Amino acid sequence: MSEIISKLKEANLLGRGGANFPVWQKWQAVISSRGDEKYVICNGAEGEPDVEKDGFILSNYPEELIEGILIAIKETAAKKAYIYLNHNYYEKHKDTLQKLSENFPIEIVAKGKGYIAGEETAICEYIEKGYAEPRQKPPFISDKGLWDKPTLLNNVESFYYVAKVSKGEYKGTRFISINGDTSNSGVFELPISSTIEDALKQTDNYPDFDFFVQVGGGAEGLIMLPSELNVPLSGCGAIKIFNRKTTDLLALMQYWADFLDRGNCDKCVPCREGMYRISEMMKSKNIDREKLFEIFDVLEKTSFCALGRGASGAFKSLIEKLNFFETYGK
Amino acid sequence: MENKKITIIIDGSKVECYEGQTILNAATENGIDIPSLCYHPDLKAKASCRLCIVEIEGRKGYHTSCSTIAEDGMIIKTSSDEISKLRKTNLELLFSQHQEKCNDCIKSIDCRLLKLAKDYNVNIERFSDRKNDFPKMDFGPSIFFDSSKCIDCKNCVEVCQKQNVGFLSVEEEGNFFQISTSKDPCRDCVYCGQCVVHCPTGALQEVDSIVEVEAAMADSSKVVLFQIAPAVRTSIGEEFGMGYGAIATEKIAAGIRKMGIENVFDVSAAADIVTMEEADELIERVSNNGTLPMFTSCCPAWVKYLEFYHPELIANLTSVRSPQVLFGGLTKTFWAKNNNIDPKDIFVVSIMPCTAKKYEIKRKENLVDGLNPVDAVLTTHELACLLKKHGVNLRDIEGEDLTPLYGDATGAGVIYGTSGGVTESALRTAVYKLTGKNPESIEFSPFRGLQESKEASVEINGLNLKVAVVNGLANAENLIKIIKDNPGAYHYIEVMACPGGCIGGGGQPLPTDSKIRKLRSEGLYKIDQGKPKRFAHESELVKEVYEKFLNDKENIHKVCHTKYSKREKENNF
Repeated sequence: MSEIISKLKEANLLGRGGANFPVWQKWQAVISSRGDEKYVICNGAEGEPDVEKDGFILSNYPEELIEGILIAIKETAAKKAYIYLNHNYYEKHKDTLQKLSENFPIEIVAKGKGYIAGEETAICEYIEKGYAEPRQKPPFISDKGLWDKPTLLNNVESFYYVAKVSKGEYKGTRFISINGDTSNSGVFELPISSTIEDALKQTDNYPDFDFFVQVGGGAEGLIMLPSELNVPLSGCGAIKIFNRKTTDLLALMQYWADFLDRGNCDKCVPCREGMYRISEMMKSKNIDREKLFEIFDVLEKTSFCALGRGASGAFKSLIEKLNFFETYGK
Repeated sequence: MENKKITIIIDGSKVECYEGQTILNAATENGIDIPSLCYHPDLKAKASCRLCIVEIEGRKGYHTSCSTIAEDGMIIKTSSDEISKLRKTNLELLFSQHQEKCNDCIKSIDCRLLKLAKDYNVNIERFSDRKNDFPKMDFGPSIFFDSSKCIDCKNCVEVCQKQNVGFLSVEEEGNFFQISTSKDPCRDCVYCGQCVVHCPTGALQEVDSIVEVEAAMADSSKVVLFQIAPAVRTSIGEEFGMGYGAIATEKIAAGIRKMGIENVFDVSAAADIVTMEEADELIERVSNNGTLPMFTSCCPAWVKYLEFYHPELIANLTSVRSPQVLFGGLTKTFWAKNNNIDPKDIFVVSIMPCTAKKYEIKRKENLVDGLNPVDAVLTTHELACLLKKHGVNLRDIEGEDLTPLYGDATGAGVIYGTSGGVTESALRTAVYKLTGKNPESIEFSPFRGLQESKEASVEINGLNLKVAVVNGLANAENLIKIIKDNPGAYHYIEVMACPGGCIGGGGQPLPTDSKIRKLRSEGLYKIDQGKPKRFAHESELVKEVYEKFLNDKENIHKVCHTKYSKREKENNF
């Protein structure tokens, strides 16, 4: 085991895209994978609405990001690395990143349309063909990724912390994007062990009104009540605060539904047609509970990719925890 | 290399399969039915309809059997209350994007969606149709695309790309990515119809010609005659439960007569005339420094492909007309005169395994004395529908001979329907023409079989002919690249646009896959083997027409030969 892999393992650095997969294991898989050509992808799609932590790193720590990517290139003997950014980030940061990486085999790519274009196999499809649709797994991208070659994909934040780990400067922290009904929104670096409640309190974001939060992203993140916040934040580092009195729950669900209906790739039936129907129901303000839950069921159990499988989570948690149907009738 | 055998358990039964096989494949081969719509064995598994989900012991959740590889000892469950419920909801969602127009859908007789709706007790109107105002379009006179029936499986797009045509594409419209047509002026449909035979719904089907044929049949002033293509005889039986590759030539004749049509000609008999002309042309080109390699032209999708994508190679196409067009012209001249019928009163209906043949008959350069040689083309599938409409079941009726002479083909004419058949027929006769003797071995085995590309050198009287045979337009494109690098690489090239040749054509019955195509092809070789005459030059019809009609250069030119020209894009939407 190489030095950096040992360090990553010892630091127990977990991927910061949301899946919490140990970084060293991903790296080891690509290193062990046989192949004459390998690739590295830095995922800066940050596709969930209201999440800005990767953008924060791109703005403030681009040197460390490039450093982390270069370590990955060296470690995996990759031919080339791609930094894949959503359109905003691409416009905002491409010049800086290009300058920092001009002597290295690193290319900056603008993301394809749609939310799904942030999924790892969809990114490979997009870079190859200019059209983002997820691929069947297995094979996993560590085996067959970009152009069917072993590919290492980590999120912006993960690469940033790889640089920190490598220099012995990692202190077990993560970036959390906090926004919504608060006057102190922003991106904060906090210890991993912080509970959600800690995170809100330490950043002066804990509301003095009746509230709920959405944790892990502004479309697929789960709704949590104040009484449930004494747990560490897992998944994507994002907390959105909602004033319970002033929030229109139907409008909120309609926002999610529209976002997901627009952002999905339309490949599989439950997600393409299901999200459309959920969006239709929300828009018409005429929700058939039985139909809605049947769609949730096929989304969760039969969708092609993780986006579809996770698409019902926010809705279900809202409906259940905030007694949605008791308020809205049918 | 044969893969290792493994054993899996499906619904409690032990099933043998091969390492690397998908669960769906293993189940299907062992007679276990798992519902699926988007899966087609010719194409990559897309796993998008989500109907073929199964449970696998030891693995969480549900897995699409079309895309999950079977592993030794795997225990699989293909049905449960939960699976049925999930399939039902997904089917209801599928139906919400599929506008039901079953009454005028040519695929409704054996509609896969409708069957699944019944199997899973689906309420097909659970959700309103979201595609009500979706456009309908005709691709030339060949293919009808009703996008309000499309379930977005994208098989058509894949197959169109596989053909190197790339006319069908995925475009973003509002919140959806959906099937559309290319706006690129350099991409156009060639009418091969592979999209039709790979579409799980009736969204893509042939342009309906049944109505005009029925109108002609009802018109007492018309003499209607049917001519049947080689590849139809071993596929139409599938529509009547006769099994894949069943030989039905005489039953087709009897069935057509039951609808009141007396004359049933065999396009294979005209193929024998094509062979005579093509063998002459090849010998002429090879002997006199003509343009080589010479390309076959009996596949109209290939001809359109060349005219549109490679007009610089038009001179390589043989000038000989395709069998159906040649035959129609002969019917409206020679046969009409012999029978004292005004050619204007003759209505020729071709039964073809093909959608591009509907386009071919509209080509102006084929007019004979101002008349279209062929008036309408019905696909194999359309003829089956017409027969069923008239209460004729081919399975149950006694066969009858086709019209004497015009229905008497040699074995050489019959194998035109499978990739390599045109070449074999031409070579059988070319040997005779060059040596005065029939070849010692009648079978040219290097050109048999359904491989996508075949080639061999054939030595005739010191002449070394380099011959290539391909099916599938992408394979033709590969050959074009070779020729451009090395113009002398081949003397003769046979191209069929569809997999396996016409037996895999875009107008053939559904389903179609490599196993079915193989059986249809074998059926044709079996007919050839059983024929008393297996050389085009031995055909009675060939002897008769060359003696009495094609003894005149002008007649030969008028009826047997044609021209080609560069095509502009024909399908703009």
